[in-house]
Amino acid sequence: MALIELRDVTKVYDTGDVQVRALAGVSLDVEAGESVAVMGASGSGKSTLMNLLGCLDRPTGGTYRLAGEDVGSLDRNRLAEIRNRTLGFVFQSFNLLARTSAVENVELPLLYSGVAPAERRRRARTALARVGLAERAHHHPSQLSGGQQQRVAIARALVVEPRIILADEPTGNLDSRTSADVMSLLQALGDSGITIVLVTHEPDIAAYAGRVLEMKDGLLRSDVRRPAARAAPAAARGEVPPSLASAPEDAPSLASAPEDAP
Amino acid sequence: MNPARVVAIAIRALLRNKLRSFLTTLGVVIGVAAVIAMTAIGAGASARVQATFEAMGSNMLVVLSGASQMGGARGGHGSQPTLTWSDLDAIRGLPAVRLAAPQLQRSAQVMGDGQNWNTMIQGTTPELFDIRNWRIARGRFFDEDEERAGSKVAVVGNTVVQNLFGPYEDAVGQVIRIGDVPFEVVGVAAAKGQTGFGQDQDDVVIIPSRTFRAKLQGGLQQFIAGAVVASARSAADAGRAQSQIEELLRQRHRIAPAGQDDFHVRNLSDIAASQQESARTMTSLLAGIALVSLVVGGIGIMNIMLVSVTERTREIGLRMAVGAKPRNILVQFLVEAVALSIAGGILGTAAGLGAASWLAARFGWPMLVQPQFVVAAVAFSAAVGVAFGMWPALQASRLDPIQALRYE
Repeated sequence: MALIELRDVTKVYDTGDVQVRALAGVSLDVEAGESVAVMGASGSGKSTLMNLLGCLDRPTGGTYRLAGEDVGSLDRNRLAEIRNRTLGFVFQSFNLLARTSAVENVELPLLYSGVAPAERRRRARTALARVGLAERAHHHPSQLSGGQQQRVAIARALVVEPRIILADEPTGNLDSRTSADVMSLLQALGDSGITIVLVTHEPDIAAYAGRVLEMKDGLLRSDVRRPAARAAPAAARGEVPPSLASAPEDAPSLASAPEDAP
Repeated sequence: MNPARVVAIAIRALLRNKLRSFLTTLGVVIGVAAVIAMTAIGAGASARVQATFEAMGSNMLVVLSGASQMGGARGGHGSQPTLTWSDLDAIRGLPAVRLAAPQLQRSAQVMGDGQNWNTMIQGTTPELFDIRNWRIARGRFFDEDEERAGSKVAVVGNTVVQNLFGPYEDAVGQVIRIGDVPFEVVGVAAAKGQTGFGQDQDDVVIIPSRTFRAKLQGGLQQFIAGAVVASARSAADAGRAQSQIEELLRQRHRIAPAGQDDFHVRNLSDIAASQQESARTMTSLLAGIALVSLVVGGIGIMNIMLVSVTERTREIGLRMAVGAKPRNILVQFLVEAVALSIAGGILGTAAGLGAASWLAARFGWPMLVQPQFVVAAVAFSAAVGVAFGMWPALQASRLDPIQALRYE
């Protein structure tokens, strides 16, 4: 059984006069450990798909099974629990709490899963170390660069040890160099067994994923699997500045992910 | 999340915006301070009324003789002497009456030490000092023997001493003359100050009633040329004493059941009670106004919490995305509102106590902070926090996470 199972999923937004059909019937299986990029123009339904996958919304029709559980039948509280335990979110605009230290931002999901304070702090520090920001634990977002902020956000997604990380345009607010750093980090997480689903409209970012879906008009247009996920950075390399050629190809240790330029 | 943690998070969130949080609580601070200060002032005023009436004499009743009627013109109470000395003896025998004394009055010119002064001469029996809570400053009161013998002795009030002998002279042992009759001053009464109505209670010379009748009063010797003052056995007996006296005098004066009384009994306890009642009413009124300002403070909190929910829409969306349930969001904002209002309650209590003690010192009132009002004010401010924080918190908890995350 696949980790994510969509069967003929539709999503219709009722805006009063007009009914907008954001998803027109999507069927999709994502196995545990896969890394998937969803591409498509704006309005293609990729954000809607992301919201459904992230259990932030429920499908209008069809079924969505996440780890065997039918999400369409769950109430808001159970959806919140699934988001808390199974999913990690990374957003384009980082969405860190201002005037709150990095380590406290990372702790946030654990606040809602009943983890004791000392354990919470320990796990948050571990997650920060995994993204290479152990030394910046007490910096506030305003004291961190964009890339560092996104890595804090990734640590926040990681801290609950999720099965899936959902990244919505994770590099949309970053320059190409820090984009590559963040993508390497996500890729390394994928290698460690976490399922990654990322939405992007940039082909070179999508190239980091082992499988690329393309959406148009609320439907899946293409579903391309690359036999070796390793090929992704190599494919990307042709399109990014040569300085990135030194990016670690096999990222042996996550903690060694390159530091952002300050 | 455990409650202590929730509170800690709320306080942290509020401290991120210190000035705004402080200004928001200000409404509640003023409201609570006003409740506490107003009730303390009311209690102080009430205690002062009580003290004033106690100085006049506790449980005191005044029996006045009837009104005169001369060719259609009616005098006031006391203008027609109707009370007799045997009435007084009968009143003294009533079960609810502890003591009774005559109070004969006329004003006269008093001379002493080369000065003269017009004052009120009172003829009475020694019971009066007890009935009216009169204390002696120097010397002594006159006694029963002197009353029976009609001795020419006097107890003088402080104002008279000041005017005849000056502030430094000891009047005891001196001789004063009322008209051309010499009296020996045996005592100086302790200063009682003014009545609640501004009458100087120390501008008086008190002499035995028998002496008064013999030397100062002409004619109608069987009638009491003045009033009878009596004290009931207790404050609770004042009403009973009043009705017993009324019944007794109606019998003695042979007044038909439907007839007009030729006397009048005033119950000072009633006046004291009604004065206190009005002080209490005033206190409730002031406290009510203060409570309204607390509610206004609550509306201020609601306003700021709504602003805060709007400002933090993305934060709410994020918290929901990472696993906060609607209930978690509701509690977070509700606790913030209640923390604001309780902080206001505590600051307001401090300010209210400060204001109350300042006012008490300024007006010379006793500082009477009523603990039940302090507790009620703080509890009410917490309730204001819940009541006015609920709506913004519900708004926050009902946000759609997708919309909230997209909110700019």
